[in-house]
Amino acid sequence: MNIFVVMKRTFDTEEKVEIKDGRVDEEGAEFVINPYDEYAIEEAIVLKEANDGEVTVVTVGDEEAEKELRTALAMGADKAVLLDTEDLDDEVDHYTISEMLAAYFKNQEFDIILGGNVAVDDGAGQVAPRLAELLDINQLTTITKLDIDGTKATVERDVEGDVEVVETELPLLVTCQQGLNEPRYPSLPGIMKAKKKPLETLDLDDLDLDEDELEAKTKTVDRFLPPEKQAGKKLDGEPAEQVEELIKLLRTEAKVI
Amino acid sequence: MSKNVLVLAESKDGELRNVSFEVIAAGKKIAGEGSVKALLVGENVASFSEQLIQQGADEVLVAEHSDLKTYTTDAYKQVLLQVIESESPDALLIPHTSSGKDLAPRLAAKLSSGLVSDVVDIEEVGEEVIFTRPIYSGKAFEKKSVSSGLVFATVRPNNIAALEVDSSRSGETKEVSVDLKDLRTVIKDIVKKTSGKVDLAEAKVIVAGGRGVKSADGFKPLEELADILGGAVGASRGACDAEYCDYSLQIGQTGKVVTPELYIAVGISGAIQHLAGMSNSKVIVAINKDEEAPIFDVADYGLVGDLFDILPILTEEFKKVKAGA
Repeated sequence: MNIFVVMKRTFDTEEKVEIKDGRVDEEGAEFVINPYDEYAIEEAIVLKEANDGEVTVVTVGDEEAEKELRTALAMGADKAVLLDTEDLDDEVDHYTISEMLAAYFKNQEFDIILGGNVAVDDGAGQVAPRLAELLDINQLTTITKLDIDGTKATVERDVEGDVEVVETELPLLVTCQQGLNEPRYPSLPGIMKAKKKPLETLDLDDLDLDEDELEAKTKTVDRFLPPEKQAGKKLDGEPAEQVEELIKLLRTEAKVI
Repeated sequence: MSKNVLVLAESKDGELRNVSFEVIAAGKKIAGEGSVKALLVGENVASFSEQLIQQGADEVLVAEHSDLKTYTTDAYKQVLLQVIESESPDALLIPHTSSGKDLAPRLAAKLSSGLVSDVVDIEEVGEEVIFTRPIYSGKAFEKKSVSSGLVFATVRPNNIAALEVDSSRSGETKEVSVDLKDLRTVIKDIVKKTSGKVDLAEAKVIVAGGRGVKSADGFKPLEELADILGGAVGASRGACDAEYCDYSLQIGQTGKVVTPELYIAVGISGAIQHLAGMSNSKVIVAINKDEEAPIFDVADYGLVGDLFDILPILTEEFKKVKAGA
């Protein structure tokens, strides 16, 4: 079984975000594998263990992303591929990224592609469904359970809290939601092995792509921080007194009830 | 300056979702002299048409088919492509809901178009439509535009106010015939876990619990309070990891990002990743026994004490308020 994971290197969710010169300041920030992509990597490894096959992790980015790819290899993926954005303009968007991924996948044989439901930095969740469309394969997003039997896939999806049980055929792209699994930590032997596993870097030439075809379809005109929330009032007294005060404030000051 | 705007209305459990009216209002902001057409997709949805017109739609298109009863990617994509082809809208707005998130990027790829996801505000600057959207789950924001072609965005529920109902409005309702083929997903079952409950994304009031709630049972007083307020129950990652509740309730950078009018954080310390998911709520109330808890830094009103003492009293008092006392 040919299993692929598309993943992204993101800010650690415990990082504070600062804007400097209209950009998010990455200086000194901790980076991690996007938490939703960790579910995808875990599920891919579980699939491999059950069905025999190979797990390839793919990311679009620069050489900094090699660290996160190695982490995925240490978790148990077999191969890693970096689609290098070095030759591209500053502004890339979901169109650019999905076109690069599609160019890569058009030369691969795949049964299933897994990704995170959303990346915690940009939060758009566009790349995976775009990729499925470009490859003309079916997609199931926000999955919480995956069973594969031959070419048949039975999947549970989280649809705003309800569970949808669906069936479809491979090849398939899925995006992973919390609750699907518990991602493993890389083991020490896993980390040692990962150093020797193949990590391939492909640039635009390798993908037979031209910079002009990849120009972003959207542009960012500004980035800013929300007004800082001021700490409000701490109410005094016994529980009953605090509650009484709160109700009064919600009515007269906040006017929400 | 005028644009013909197409918006997708969405219904759930036999009712139009509020976000349907919000996308109409969003469409109005950019239509200028142009029109806002609302598209209804489903099995028996034509009856919603009048409501959409009263909420500002100039025309309603209805696509009905037994295969459209429940959202699937293939079926809805085909409908949208057929309607886009016949209507050639200048702008397309889709709710940023479970189905909208699944559908919009796929359409964008098919149309080779830009797409701005999860929009919380829209403004027109000269000829250009500028969208505001949160990044890093609301730790920051960005303003984006689509460079050329179709102006395409998904709109987050609960952020752009719907227009007032105007029952004097009238408009045409047009049936569109749809041709569906090669549907690859078969829906076997839908397990309703949210029946009768308010959806987190659209809730005006959220009562959220953290580790301080201590157990699944501990969530009961929160549910009671949420019921009284007509709100929804949410949770922190800590509470979900401890299996006090389902992951679908999780609020934070991993989980849902919410912007209700009133957010009551109960027994939640306020980790950065949780704050990212809720700190843009209009009014925040925190109940925690640790007065140093970071949640108090973002709370408008803080109650320091044992949540199990405070909640029952709070629920009783809200009951009185709701009864008009």
